[in-house]
Amino acid sequence: MLGYILRRVLYAVPILVGVNLITFALFFVLNTPDDMARMQLGTKRVTAEAIEKWKAERGYNKPMLWNGNASGLAKLEDTIFFQKSIRLFVLDFGAAEDGRNIGSEIRARVGPSLAIAVPVFLVGLLVNVSFALLMAFFRTTYVDFSGVVLCVAMMSISTLFYIIGGQFVVSKLWHLVPISGYDQGLNALKFLVLPVIIGVVSGIGSGSRWYRTLFLEEMNKDYVRTARAKGLAETAVMFRHVLKNALIPILTGCVAVIPLLFMGSLLTESFFGIPGLGGYTIDAIQAQDFAVLRSMVFIGSVLYIVGLLLTDLSYTLVDPRIRLQ
Amino acid sequence: MNMGFLFVPLWTDVLLWLLVATIAGYGWRCSRQPHLAAAWARVFRRRTAAMTSVVLTCFVLVSLTDSVHFRRQLESQQPAAEIAYAGRVTTLLDLALPHLYEHSEKSYSAPFATRLFSKELVELPGGKSAREYPRLRYGGAHLANEADRAGDIARRGGLALLAAAALWGIAGLALRPVARRYPGVHWGAAWLTFGAVLAVMMPLLGLSAEYHVLGTDKVGQDVFYQALKSIRTSLIIGTLTTLVLLPLGLGLGVMAGYFKGWVDDAIQYVYTTIHSIPAVLLIAAAVLMMQVYIDSHPQLFPTTAQRADLRLLFLCVILGFTSWTGLARLLRGEALKLSELEFIQAAHAFGVSHRRILLRHIVPNVAHIVIIAMVMDFSGLVLAEAVLSYVGVGVDPSTTSFGTMINSARLEMAREPTVWWSLASAFGFMFVLVLAANLFADAVRDGFDPRVRLA
Repeated sequence: MLGYILRRVLYAVPILVGVNLITFALFFVLNTPDDMARMQLGTKRVTAEAIEKWKAERGYNKPMLWNGNASGLAKLEDTIFFQKSIRLFVLDFGAAEDGRNIGSEIRARVGPSLAIAVPVFLVGLLVNVSFALLMAFFRTTYVDFSGVVLCVAMMSISTLFYIIGGQFVVSKLWHLVPISGYDQGLNALKFLVLPVIIGVVSGIGSGSRWYRTLFLEEMNKDYVRTARAKGLAETAVMFRHVLKNALIPILTGCVAVIPLLFMGSLLTESFFGIPGLGGYTIDAIQAQDFAVLRSMVFIGSVLYIVGLLLTDLSYTLVDPRIRLQ
Repeated sequence: MNMGFLFVPLWTDVLLWLLVATIAGYGWRCSRQPHLAAAWARVFRRRTAAMTSVVLTCFVLVSLTDSVHFRRQLESQQPAAEIAYAGRVTTLLDLALPHLYEHSEKSYSAPFATRLFSKELVELPGGKSAREYPRLRYGGAHLANEADRAGDIARRGGLALLAAAALWGIAGLALRPVARRYPGVHWGAAWLTFGAVLAVMMPLLGLSAEYHVLGTDKVGQDVFYQALKSIRTSLIIGTLTTLVLLPLGLGLGVMAGYFKGWVDDAIQYVYTTIHSIPAVLLIAAAVLMMQVYIDSHPQLFPTTAQRADLRLLFLCVILGFTSWTGLARLLRGEALKLSELEFIQAAHAFGVSHRRILLRHIVPNVAHIVIIAMVMDFSGLVLAEAVLSYVGVGVDPSTTSFGTMINSARLEMAREPTVWWSLASAFGFMFVLVLAANLFADAVRDGFDPRVRLA
């Protein structure tokens, strides 16, 4: 088992290197630091000295890949590629455009992000599975049909509508919760209720429809027919056999998503003014802060790869037929 | 009236028309090949497919008339003067509904309003001035007495409904011979849907000459006009993206599954790497980089329309580049299965080349997956555009799209009383488009997926 895990971790390294090369190409080769400086300082009437100063402040005035002026290892180390891209591997993210340390900023913002993402994930899973089970239980009746129609309709509504509409009705018309903001500790609860509800509702359409097909697939299998032939009640078939077996693909699918919960949700956080990583990312995009974007790309890919790893592991854990070759 | 004009072919126009030609060619091919024709017949035997294809056809027609760009010739006083063209780029849609973009007000006005939404200082006849809601320049300007508004709307709307009923009847008569030839299709459902579309659109179009049927936005532009223009942007993003997605996903996916070995490893590595980067961040980074490029090379983009168009095209390319991985993974699995089957091994034994096996045996056998994936992707792309435009990495701010409409109107929800019509129109049109696309995609999947047929 340990050998298998180690092999999978080693397999992740070239992928991270690839991500790193892509981001390096995107952020430094396609557009030079000069272009970035001009964008930040304003395109018109910017002096060469101002650009040099901007680059020096951020350490962009070094050579790209090879520093011929330095000696020894510094030939490699004192370059943009080493300082800005390789340093990400040891989680050294450098400073943002406003001078703050990105690493400590990220640590401070993970909490609020998780405060939204985890409840949305758990409650959403519960709601989707129950709704899907309900539709599968009443399959080929009008309950199932109208449930599917409802799912397709809910899938067709933009997430923006759920957020804007929810804020308007619940906060502005009914004055039940504040429109946006965040607080420490339990006081945060009143700010979190609405975003969590909206997050769950906007996911119902696609989620429960997907789970419904998983349940129906499971119900067509031979062992289910055997269970019915034995004379088991339909509820016993559904809850003891179908639900348990269909939860395997659902839960292994969820494992891949869990690490990405750390990234937060872009739209919800920015609409509700929650100081999490999603809002941080949106702010960085709008302020064109490339240092922050680079860090978020790297963290996102690391989390995705961790998710892949966990999925593989969970498969081997729940299904003894999969061998660790 | 001078009728001279200068065509301004935009990149997205050309590609969209090419795509239409390709789809028409595919349709002709389908009619020649019984197994393809049978699959599409299965699709259209479903009631939802017949209904939604009518709605989607209407959206496509609007966006195609909006995809012929040209500049009108300016009228000149001196006959010997050089021919000059207007700076504004117009489309066939503008030509058909000129009042929609000419009738622009000062600022916000509610649907069917005759007065502005906010009070202004108005000169009264006696030389005095007072703060009141001024009359609109165009909305309901023909009314001598504003109290007649409801009656006027009812009368004009009723006339438009009569015209719609007449059109509906004519369409029903025209459809009859076609319906006799293809009896399997749900023509009744299609005809009813067409009636519903007419019943909504005809009064809106008929009243749009005298009123702002969906109100006006902050700078006084007609919201109905913006909604119609947004349809093109949505369709472009939903369809042109597949032009990038398809060759990458199909080519690499099939090759990985067929050749196996190091080719498979390399392709899997590439798509895992690209997929592991969060899509929004990759898109954001690429769009920001393009923004830097555009800002530092202004000489390449002479007009705003051309710059906005190139940005739209680039957005499609980037969306395609980030979303081909799903299709590739699907097709790799399928090609892996197919390449073990007897008929492929027989082809090997006969000495058929790899290229020929791929093109003649593998690709046609995964075509149904490609078609299903393409129609399924469409609605997701339309929804993604709105989100990306909100984040600020979507289409150019000068391009009208559902995303830019929502983005510019969302802060107005905080006003008292609320300016709701821009948001409601954008969400409403988007909902109808995406819902129709989703239902149509389901019908296509059911018609093409062999597993569904066996069940």
